Amino acid sequence: MAKKMAIIASKGTLDMAYPPFILASTAAALGFEVQVFFTFYGLQLLRKDLSSVMISPLANPAMPMPVPMPVVVQMLPGMESMATMMMKQKLKKHGVASLQELREVCIEAGVKFIACQMTVDLFEFDKSEFIDGVEWGGAAMFLGFAGETDICLFV
Amino acid sequence: MNFDKEFDASGLSCPLPILKTKKALADMASGQVLKLVATDSGAIKDMQAFADQTGNPLLSSAEEGGKYIFFMKKK
Repeated sequence: MAKKMAIIASKGTLDMAYPPFILASTAAALGFEVQVFFTFYGLQLLRKDLSSVMISPLANPAMPMPVPMPVVVQMLPGMESMATMMMKQKLKKHGVASLQELREVCIEAGVKFIACQMTVDLFEFDKSEFIDGVEWGGAAMFLGFAGETDICLFV
Repeated sequence: MNFDKEFDASGLSCPLPILKTKKALADMASGQVLKLVATDSGAIKDMQAFADQTGNPLLSSAEEGGKYIFFMKKK
């Protein structure tokens, strides 16, 4: 029987978007049955438009910077966009797949994406902004699958 | 070694060599051999893990001039 993996994706920043998509796509390639439950800020990762998924140098002291940058500079307008642009360039240069690419591989491989209905209601998201094929569900639905998995992760 | 299909994953980072291998194997027949070229040093262990998990035998794994060459047989 195929192994199973469940992931909770709760973060909506560029750096934290990678682990769920990398693990889900790779597990699917290894023959795992995979479900990813997107909740709170993680829901941003299911939008058709991923341009709001960014990285911030603020409160992120581990982020390698080309030059040391004081926090007061990091908070200036446009810093987030700049950091995101630089990170995307770096990812591309090193041959790391884009989030869109990994997400498409997941969908092609049959990874099931579940969007937290409560968060959708809470943030008043418009379901038409999300990619096709997403299922809407809650904690009990996720746990039904998670309880039978070999690997279960919270990201 | 003889092979039926070749894929060059040079310049691609984890997990793309694995994802591309999976894709390349998809339209091959059982018993055919895929040659994969990669520059990602993590691919050595990843390809072995992929072989162990999926049951497609990794016939050989070698380094040649900074590139990693794998031959995988489709089960």
